[in-house]
Amino acid sequence: MRRSKMAEPLLAIRDLHVEFKVYEGRLRVLNGVELRVNKGERVGLVGEAGCGKTTTMKCILRILPTPPGRITKGEILFQGRDVLKMSSQEIQRVRGRGVAMIFQDPTAALNPVFTIGDQLMAVIKYGFRDTLSHKEIRKRAVTALREVQLPDPERILTCYPVQLSGGMRQRVCIAMALSTEPELLIADEPTTSLDVTIQDQILRLLNALVERRETSVIFITHSLGVVREMADRVYVMYAGNIVENASKQELFSHPMHPYTVGLMTAVPKLTGGGIAEGIPGRIPDYLNPPSGCRFQPRCPKALPRCAEGVPDPVPVGEDHEVACYLFQG
Amino acid sequence: MTEPVLDVVELKKYFVTSRGTVRAVDGVSFSLSEVETLGLVGESGSGKSTTAYTVIGIYAPTSGKIVFQGEGISKPVAKRPKELKRAIQIVFQDPGTSLNPRRTIGQILELPLKVHGVGDRRDRKKRVVKLLERVELPPDYVYKAPHMLGGGERQMVAIARALATEPKLVILDEPTSALDVSIQAKIINMLIEFQKEMRLSYLFITHDLSLMRNVAHRVAIMYLGKICEVAPTTEFFQNPLHPYTQMLLSSIPVVSEEEEALKPAKVVSKGEIPSPVNVPPGCGFHTRCLEVGEACTRRVPEMVEVAEGHFVACHKFAGEPARVFAN
Repeated sequence: MRRSKMAEPLLAIRDLHVEFKVYEGRLRVLNGVELRVNKGERVGLVGEAGCGKTTTMKCILRILPTPPGRITKGEILFQGRDVLKMSSQEIQRVRGRGVAMIFQDPTAALNPVFTIGDQLMAVIKYGFRDTLSHKEIRKRAVTALREVQLPDPERILTCYPVQLSGGMRQRVCIAMALSTEPELLIADEPTTSLDVTIQDQILRLLNALVERRETSVIFITHSLGVVREMADRVYVMYAGNIVENASKQELFSHPMHPYTVGLMTAVPKLTGGGIAEGIPGRIPDYLNPPSGCRFQPRCPKALPRCAEGVPDPVPVGEDHEVACYLFQG
Repeated sequence: MTEPVLDVVELKKYFVTSRGTVRAVDGVSFSLSEVETLGLVGESGSGKSTTAYTVIGIYAPTSGKIVFQGEGISKPVAKRPKELKRAIQIVFQDPGTSLNPRRTIGQILELPLKVHGVGDRRDRKKRVVKLLERVELPPDYVYKAPHMLGGGERQMVAIARALATEPKLVILDEPTSALDVSIQAKIINMLIEFQKEMRLSYLFITHDLSLMRNVAHRVAIMYLGKICEVAPTTEFFQNPLHPYTQMLLSSIPVVSEEEEALKPAKVVSKGEIPSPVNVPPGCGFHTRCLEVGEACTRRVPEMVEVAEGHFVACHKFAGEPARVFAN
C-alpha cells in the first residue's frame, strides 16, 4: 500500500459498495469508495447533491437503514477494526465515544419536546456508559455549552430547541457531538442551512475546538469555498466514487480530474468576470449507471476506454491521486 | 438617464401578529432601469423576499409607493389590471413546489398564454414548444410531469413560464440557491442572455454575494427591513463602506488567493440578526457593529451618496458633504 510506511490511519474505508432496493430495481449508489482519515487530520469530502456523501458517513456509524440499503462489499476499519463486522454492543461503543456526527439541519437533529439539558445530558450519560454521577454529567454539559460560546449555559440547559435561533441550535449540536470527546467528528454540511455571517462564526468555532482537542474530522460539504477553510486534505466525490483526493493546497492549485476542474470553474468568483458554463447533463440514474467511469457521459475529455472500465486512483503528484484514464499511460 | 422601469419609494410592509408587529420591510427605496439587474442581498429575515412579494403584489404595502413604468401599482395582485400581471413575472426559489405536480410541463407552460388570451390552441402549442427550445429542453418534455425532471430542468421550466407572457420585469427569488453549482452556471448564463434579447429588468433576490458580483449591475444590501448600502457592482466590491457589508464580504468562503485578497481585512463576524418584531432603536445593525458610535443607538442613519451612485446609510459617513438620498 502506498502509505503503508505511515502510521495506521484512524479510519480507512476500502472499496465500499452500497445498494438500495426500490420498486424499480437496485440503486447502485456507492461504487467502491476509498477514504482514509489519519489521526488529528481534517478531511473534507466535497460533492454535489446525491453523490453519496451522507450514505458513506451513515455506513461508518452503521445507521444506514437496512433494508432498503445493503452494504454489498467493502470494509470500514476504525482504529484497525472492521465496523461492519462488529457486534451491536461494540458498535454502541464506537457511537458513544469513537465517532460523533453533526447533521445538516439542527432543527431536525434536536427533539422538540425535550429540553437541551435532557438531550445533552443523555448523550453524555450514555457516551460514558453510565459511569458518571449526575453532578458530573451536569458539569460536563455546562462546560460543553460554554465551549461553543453560548451565553448563560445554565439557562440554555432548560430551554427547548424552539427557543433558540438556528445558529444557536447548531452550536448545541456541536456541543453534543464533542461532549463525549470522540476520536472522529463527522460534520455533515453543518452550515448549509445558516446565513453566511453565522456560517463564518460556526466554522471558526469548529476549527478552534478540533484543533485544541486534536479531534480528527470528516467535513462534508457541497461548497468548495467552505472546504478550503475547513480541511487539510480534500476528497472529491462524484456519483458514488472518489474521483480525486489531494492536500488542500495541491487540489486548489492543480485540480486534475475533469469533474473537479468543472466544479472549480462553475463557482462564481468574487473577482468577477462572469460565470463559466457549468458541467452539461446531470448526475446519473443509479438504477442504470453508465458503464465505466460514471462521469464519462458528462465529461468534456472522455476517451473511448472511459466507457469500458472504472479507472483506479493513481498517484499524480505529492499526496495527490486521481481516478481518471487521462492520467494513466 | 431613462425613465426607470420600477421605482420603489419608502416602501413599508408590516405584519401584525399576536406577539407584536413584524416590521419586515421598513422604508425601502430603490429604482430599476431597463435591461438592468439589481441584486437585493441579505440574510434570512432581512426582508428581501417580502420586498419582492410586495412588488409583485402577493402582499399589499403598508405604506410607500411602487411605480411601474410611470404608473402607481401599490395595490395587491387581485386589484391589478391583467396587463400588469403580464408585464411583471416571478421565478421562485424551489421549482419542486412552484410547479403543479399534477400538470404536465405542456399544461404548465400553456396556462399563462391561456390566461392572457394569446393565440388559439394550435398557436399556443407551437409557442410552448418554442419556449422549451429557448431554455434548451427537448420538445417531448411537453408530456412529462415535473417530478420526472431534474432540479435544474424544473427551474428552466419555471423560467420559461415566467417568460411566456413576454414580461418587462422579472423578479428572481433565489432562483439557483436550491441547485448545484454546475447547474447554476447554465441557468445564470441563460438568464443573462434572455435579459439582453428581451430587454428585461431583473430584481434578483439572493444571499450569495459572489454570484451577484458576476450577474448584477447594481447591488443593494438589506438588513432588518432597510437598505444599508447600494452601489454599482464594480464600485461595490472595490469599495464596500457599510460595516455590515464588510462583515458579509469577509465571511464569504472563497476558492482562491486572488479572491481572498479582495475581501476586506478580516472583519470578524459576531452576533445574529435581531428579530424584526423587536427592532433595536437607531441603526438596526448597532448590536453587531464593530465601529458603533454614540449616534448609532439613538438615530436611524440617513442614506447619503458618497460616490456616483454609491449610497450608504451609516453615521460614519453622515458628516461628509453629500447629497441626501432623494430618488
